Amino acid sequence: MATKVQEMAGGNAVEGSGVGPALVLLLGWLVPGGGHLYLGKWVRGLLLMFSIVAMFAIGIALQGKVYSAGTGEPLDMLGFVGDLGAGLLFLLARLMGWGQAPVLVAVADYGTKFIVVAGLLNIVAAVDAHSLASGRKPS
Amino acid sequence: MTITHFSAVLLFSLFTSVVFGITQRSQPPMMVRFGALCFALFVLGTIGASWAMWLIKH
Repeated sequence: MATKVQEMAGGNAVEGSGVGPALVLLLGWLVPGGGHLYLGKWVRGLLLMFSIVAMFAIGIALQGKVYSAGTGEPLDMLGFVGDLGAGLLFLLARLMGWGQAPVLVAVADYGTKFIVVAGLLNIVAAVDAHSLASGRKPS
Repeated sequence: MTITHFSAVLLFSLFTSVVFGITQRSQPPMMVRFGALCFALFVLGTIGASWAMWLIKH
């Protein structure tokens, strides 16, 4: 079954131009599972979306910390990069002021890790969608 | 919201395994198998590490 991007390229994966796969990568980063949904991989897309959004939401509910740039601490910068991987979820958290309270209990530290890992998993999912769109991953 | 440490392990393992299964394999049956393997390794690895830390302390 040809994907939407493959159909745009006349049945073959978009190789060389990079426009289609790049769009899928961007979409997958902004919306968890969005790249797979755009490619018509509904079950995978919804499973990825549920897993990543749930992990992020649980992290917030556990009062985990959402990192911000510019603190000067190297570990905070790494955490910020991980959080940034969540795309629009990260932006939403920053806009709503979630994850700004100091971490005082062990489960809140778990929450911080949940948020960072949700962002990293979203990057993995977006790259997978890119691989599907470019034809590097067969199906 | 408060959860136990073990619940946190189970939730972390579940969501991470789903993403790993989908992204690291091409065919759905292999995705399920790899996801289940990841889940088992996450949980058993954590329990094993916990016992190792207990033994080191005692």
